[in-house]
Amino acid sequence: MQKIKEKIIEFILRATALITILTTIGIIWVLLSESLVFFKEVSIIDFLTDTQWTPLFANKHFGILPLISGTILTTIIAISVSLPIGLTIAIYLSEYAPKKLKKFIKPLLEILAAVPTVVYGFFALMVVTPFLQKLIPEMAGFNSLSAGIVMGIMIIPFISSLSEDALSAVPKSLREASYGMGATKLQTSFKVMIPAASSGIIVSVILAFSRAIGETMIVAIAAGQQPRLTLNPLVPVETITAYIVQVSLGDVQHDSLEYRTIFAAGITLFVFTFILNNISFWIRKKFREEYD
Amino acid sequence: MTNGEKNRLKDSIFKYIGVFACSIGLILLAIFIGNIIYDGFNRIDWSFLTSLPSRKAEKAGILTAWSGSLWIVIFTFIIAVPIGISAGVYLEEYNRKNKLTRLLEINISNLAGVPSIIYGLLGLEIFVRLSNLGSSVLAGSFTLALLILPIIIVATREALKAVPSSIRAASFGLGATKWQTTWYQVLPAASGGILTGVILAISRAVGETAPLIVVGALAYVPFTPKGPMDEFTVLPIQIFNWVSRPQHEFAINAAAAIIILLAITFTMNGIAVYFRNKWQKKINW
Repeated sequence: MQKIKEKIIEFILRATALITILTTIGIIWVLLSESLVFFKEVSIIDFLTDTQWTPLFANKHFGILPLISGTILTTIIAISVSLPIGLTIAIYLSEYAPKKLKKFIKPLLEILAAVPTVVYGFFALMVVTPFLQKLIPEMAGFNSLSAGIVMGIMIIPFISSLSEDALSAVPKSLREASYGMGATKLQTSFKVMIPAASSGIIVSVILAFSRAIGETMIVAIAAGQQPRLTLNPLVPVETITAYIVQVSLGDVQHDSLEYRTIFAAGITLFVFTFILNNISFWIRKKFREEYD
Repeated sequence: MTNGEKNRLKDSIFKYIGVFACSIGLILLAIFIGNIIYDGFNRIDWSFLTSLPSRKAEKAGILTAWSGSLWIVIFTFIIAVPIGISAGVYLEEYNRKNKLTRLLEINISNLAGVPSIIYGLLGLEIFVRLSNLGSSVLAGSFTLALLILPIIIVATREALKAVPSSIRAASFGLGATKWQTTWYQVLPAASGGILTGVILAISRAVGETAPLIVVGALAYVPFTPKGPMDEFTVLPIQIFNWVSRPQHEFAINAAAAIIILLAITFTMNGIAVYFRNKWQKKINW
């Protein structure tokens, strides 16, 4: 009797774990099935090469490039803010800061990632843009610069925390050898520690990239809703995620071509983040236990 | 200045750059929040909390928004927590190091990296349309439950990992079965860590906006949900709606609603950190 009960319990536990696999299958199935119908009506070549995205207008164009450029532009701005700051924090915490300070600061920085993104969107639109407009008068009310900067602040803890873990994992002997040669902490950090922890640091940056590409509310609020193939950070753009929000808020008929565009946009986004996440797994696996 | 002096100078300058980097994010956040409190604090009063949304900014309130959030959180909790803990227990305690567990592990870390808006598309197709739930509280809760499942699973596994194997060995030695050991010994010992993870996951669900917009949560709902099949809005969507309007009065409403949302988020995170510290002190095995 007891044995049967144990078997049943194990079966139930395994079933709940399998829900996660079903989720993945569900995501891929939903994105693929709706996109396939979409690509019957719109050629995939047009989708990938047309430079205009106007599915909601009378003159319809279905080129995803403007949405991709908007997404990459905001992401690059975000990474250029968070990488230098995040990496400096990581070095400071692992090489300079006393242990107590480190224990205090790490959870404090996590607050940045805990704030709901809609709140950051408000900051970008209501605080950062008006401030930047004073410095750059020709800047538009919606732009990728403020959205990117604020997103960069949000992802600081992603980079700082993972990079700090990577730096802490470098064996002490390397650091001590460097000190023994008379190097300062700064020289040791940049010439010994960062190269030694480089794979972990790269992983942290890739994950931050992936996070920034999928970020939705900040860009939906502050970057605008105008798909535009540009690298100018001062004008309104639209990201893949912001487009999906825009369509979801409107009353687009289910089973229409316009409705399916959000799945085509979604699968593009999914492919990007999927590739980035898997590159990071691969790096982590390949370079793990390098020093053991 | 000799080379050595130069290097030492650079070294001490970098120390200050480090302190600056640590504080800049938090300082900016503090400025933002200060700004919001300045804008919105006076707008918060009893009628703001108990009024329905309105076209007139000064009459509008967040009753439907916070009650919708409450409904969503309760149902998300009911769906996600048992499944997440159970899956975590399976992976950590019943793990047979075979291909299936390897696949499950890779899959869960992959899911954690899927953008939240993609979960919205999943929920729209599976729950709203195929399951005929419509844009209901239940459809939104299922969607958010799938979104926070990886967080709960990972937190459960971490907490179970921290329980020393001597506890399990002692229980087995007394003749307990695997499940008896797990249920009576391991899970209670890991409860603090699991609780922390659950609170953080729920706090994440409270702040999520994008997937619920995709699922079809409304920006304007003139009633509070009476049951799980009703349409709904949530606090972050109400904020988004107000932020998107050009009139300044609505921005003030948004600021006021943000204060409430942040108060909820920070309280939950604070409680989570408190439990984690308490639990970590207790498990000095």
